[in-house]
Amino acid sequence: MKTKMATVNQPHASKDGKGIMMGRKAYTDDLAPADALILKVLRSPHAFAKIKSIDTKNALKIPGVECVLTHKDFKRNAHTRAGQGYPEPSPHDKFPIDEYVRYIGDEVAVVAAIDEKTAIKAIAAITVDYDVFTPVTDFEKAKNNQTLVHPEDGIYEMFPIGFDPKKNLAAGYHMEVADVEKTLKESDVVVEESFYTQAQAHVMLEPHTVNAQIDYNDRLVIHSATQTPFHVRRIISQVLEVPLSKIRVIKPRVGGGFGGKQAIHGEILAAKITLLTGKATKMVYTRKEVFEATYTRHPMRLDLKIGATKDGKITAIDCYGLSDTGAYGEHALTVFMVTGSKVLPLYNKVDAVRFHGDVVYTNRTPAGAYRGYGAIQGNFALESIIDMLAAKLNMDPIKLRQKNMIAEGETSPIFEIMGEGTEGTAMYMETCKLDYCLTRGLKLSQWYHTYPRKVHGDKVRAQGMAIAMQGSGIPYIDMGAATIKLNDDGFYNLMVGATDIGQGSDTILAQIAAEGLKTDLENVAVYSSDSDLTPFDAGAYASSTTYVSGNAVYKAAKEMEKMLLKEAARVLKVDIDAIDFDGETFKSKDDEITLKDLSNQLYYNDEQKQLTATASYVGHKSPPPFMAGIIAIEVDKATGEFEVLDYTSVVDCGVPINPNLAKGQVEGGIVQGLGMAAYELADRTKNGKLIQADLLNYKIPTTMEIKTLTTEFAASYEESGPYGAKSVGEIGIDTPPAALANAIYNAVGVRITSLPITPEKILSAIKEKENMQ
Amino acid sequence: MVTFELNGQIKSFHIDQGEFLIDTLRRHHVVSPRRGCDTTSCGVCTVLIDDQPMPSCALLTARVNDKKVTTVEGIADFAAELSAYFGKEGADQCGFCNPGIALSVYAMAQTEENIDDDTIRHYLVGHLCRCSGYVSQTKAIKAFLEGRK
Ligand code: FES
Ligand code: FES
Repeated sequence: MKTKMATVNQPHASKDGKGIMMGRKAYTDDLAPADALILKVLRSPHAFAKIKSIDTKNALKIPGVECVLTHKDFKRNAHTRAGQGYPEPSPHDKFPIDEYVRYIGDEVAVVAAIDEKTAIKAIAAITVDYDVFTPVTDFEKAKNNQTLVHPEDGIYEMFPIGFDPKKNLAAGYHMEVADVEKTLKESDVVVEESFYTQAQAHVMLEPHTVNAQIDYNDRLVIHSATQTPFHVRRIISQVLEVPLSKIRVIKPRVGGGFGGKQAIHGEILAAKITLLTGKATKMVYTRKEVFEATYTRHPMRLDLKIGATKDGKITAIDCYGLSDTGAYGEHALTVFMVTGSKVLPLYNKVDAVRFHGDVVYTNRTPAGAYRGYGAIQGNFALESIIDMLAAKLNMDPIKLRQKNMIAEGETSPIFEIMGEGTEGTAMYMETCKLDYCLTRGLKLSQWYHTYPRKVHGDKVRAQGMAIAMQGSGIPYIDMGAATIKLNDDGFYNLMVGATDIGQGSDTILAQIAAEGLKTDLENVAVYSSDSDLTPFDAGAYASSTTYVSGNAVYKAAKEMEKMLLKEAARVLKVDIDAIDFDGETFKSKDDEITLKDLSNQLYYNDEQKQLTATASYVGHKSPPPFMAGIIAIEVDKATGEFEVLDYTSVVDCGVPINPNLAKGQVEGGIVQGLGMAAYELADRTKNGKLIQADLLNYKIPTTMEIKTLTTEFAASYEESGPYGAKSVGEIGIDTPPAALANAIYNAVGVRITSLPITPEKILSAIKEKENMQ
Repeated sequence: MVTFELNGQIKSFHIDQGEFLIDTLRRHHVVSPRRGCDTTSCGVCTVLIDDQPMPSCALLTARVNDKKVTTVEGIADFAAELSAYFGKEGADQCGFCNPGIALSVYAMAQTEENIDDDTIRHYLVGHLCRCSGYVSQTKAIKAFLEGRK
């Protein structure tokens, strides 16, 4: 059903932009009690060691130090900080603080003191004697290495995920459709390549922040900059053995997450010390800690083989992946599976396909959830090798894609085989405007005007492209819920568990509610993510909010409308069917009552009652958004330096609930993807120390690198989505690495297979090619 | 004891030795300058010192004695107006970078004539934003400045 909508599909400004711009108190640190104890963590200087002894006496003597906790003060409860639904598909391999330290930055002790200065002094006064081991830093040598990152007992998987710590394996996976090796052997053309992706950092501008306090009713109240408040509550309860009923988690305004705040970080330590001392605590990560001691993207090596017939029908794709989860296996299996499941179905007409590999432990900063979640790694490899195949076939890479890519009404066996940590869900593409996205993108970018290149002396202009798909939530697993409450005067509250982390979900969910209730957006006041006051939601991850939480809001609004009509029918003494409601007034043939009057009556005068509608939604499928991304660059052949001139995106995310905010999601994703493609180095020394551990050395794109972005949406209507919408939070990040690699190839004829694509790599590839000629 | 003009009012503060302005301000409930880095790289903590944008995370409070300090709380109307343009362009996301940007735009509007895209990009280069992709921000700022003419 497509009707003209009043609030949905309109470019409303986000509901909270003004107060934020004006600097009002909003974020976790702004809301911490003034007398909160400041927490600082002593972190390991070694990539792998066992604590022989730890002496906190001198630290405790410093005036103003409240307590110092080490591994001896915590019960050894193995858990995963991943912040996923329960039971988690990640191994329970982490202890609150352990006697082992497994990466530079791992927790050794936590200090609580009256101020930051004192806390830092106390940290310096702790002496630790370590038994230092040779770390596993090369992920390609981790499997079956004689050094075990997790030699300890008491760690386990919740269900089979391929967890085998005695081989340094956090997870493993294998799936095959038909006989890949045989099909490859029978193919006219086969291309083979290995691709490497780096440990990109999230760099959300607000560092991880938490504060905790005990309220006057003896409940533990935690404010956390988190993407998953309900999972945070559950994990704290499990690890500290506090009943769930004693914990309230509130998510205030969050300054960006991108997956980096899906996991739990300082919350356990803050909760523990507040419970122990009865005092409020606060922990704000330094930027160095965010780099060294939170999460990165999983670095991977992907070995790809692709076969085709002479005329360009892709016959088989074979992918072996090796993923580096670092010291802990958070999201180990699921990120890895997405590398296959949200990438390989792009070419659904193959005769055979295989995806398999290992996720290994190493002694480096753990990897975790990150926007794109495996898909960006897989997309870089697959969309690069598609262009390589086209070159080998002497075929236009666009034509090769058009011949083989997924289309509306089609499916892929992969949807049913691969889910996130478990089996997947079969589904047909009810909306897939990929072909339009591609054609429109070519037109907008004037592709054939430059293709393959335009040369002016040393300067070469070229374009490169990639297509991508993502998902809309995790079907049958992650639930979202919403409550709508009618107030006197006829305005509504919308309470959602869904977590606005800056992406604007409060606004788009309010738009869905306003549309359903035919009211103005201003008439809906939203509260999100307070574990005591709002209904449950799994959280802001897996591109779930618009589709899953949005559907819950849609249902709740319909439910509320029904209740309103029932009350109006009673007052107007007619049948429900005889009433016309335009959002403001209920009209029958001879009478009418306004929503305002009805709600006031319900509160104060007649058959008084509170109208509240709650609905929940869990997806039965995960309709993928699709896009085509085209980068335009200018390369200097003499130096390898290049400039990004434009990035064209045409996206099918169903009906964008808010075209402006959807565009923000796409463009923000594109630029973050360009960061991974071109700028963001994450090198480690041999000893496992991150070299770029601050914002001086870790370069994210600035206004100097990004000049123009061209973004459009395809006309599309996903029947199962709220008002035709699919999700859009991640898809934008997927295409830049492959598009850039393809553009560099089009420009100067060299193929870069490892990220980031730096001028040095380009120049040395050019030199190498010249030497060979 | 340090005395300076904060958002139009003369104020005196007791400070610790080596205290940075961001901490003095936040302790006294002026929370718009926030910390995003340890290396004066992000711009989230920006304040205006005598109308010039500066990172308050690296500025000793003692050094602003007798100076004029402006945070976004001191240019509330300007910020509210700018935010309407951010809203129109879809440039609002997490907003952690926004107060700092508002101050730099304010300084730019005071200092520069003939502001074009390059001027805006130049003023924004010290303001990292991980959410927006920058282009919508630049467009919003341009439209805002047009609207003020
Ligand atoms: S906090 Fe980053 S520049 Fe001051
Ligand atoms: S809006 Fe999030 S950092 Fe700019």
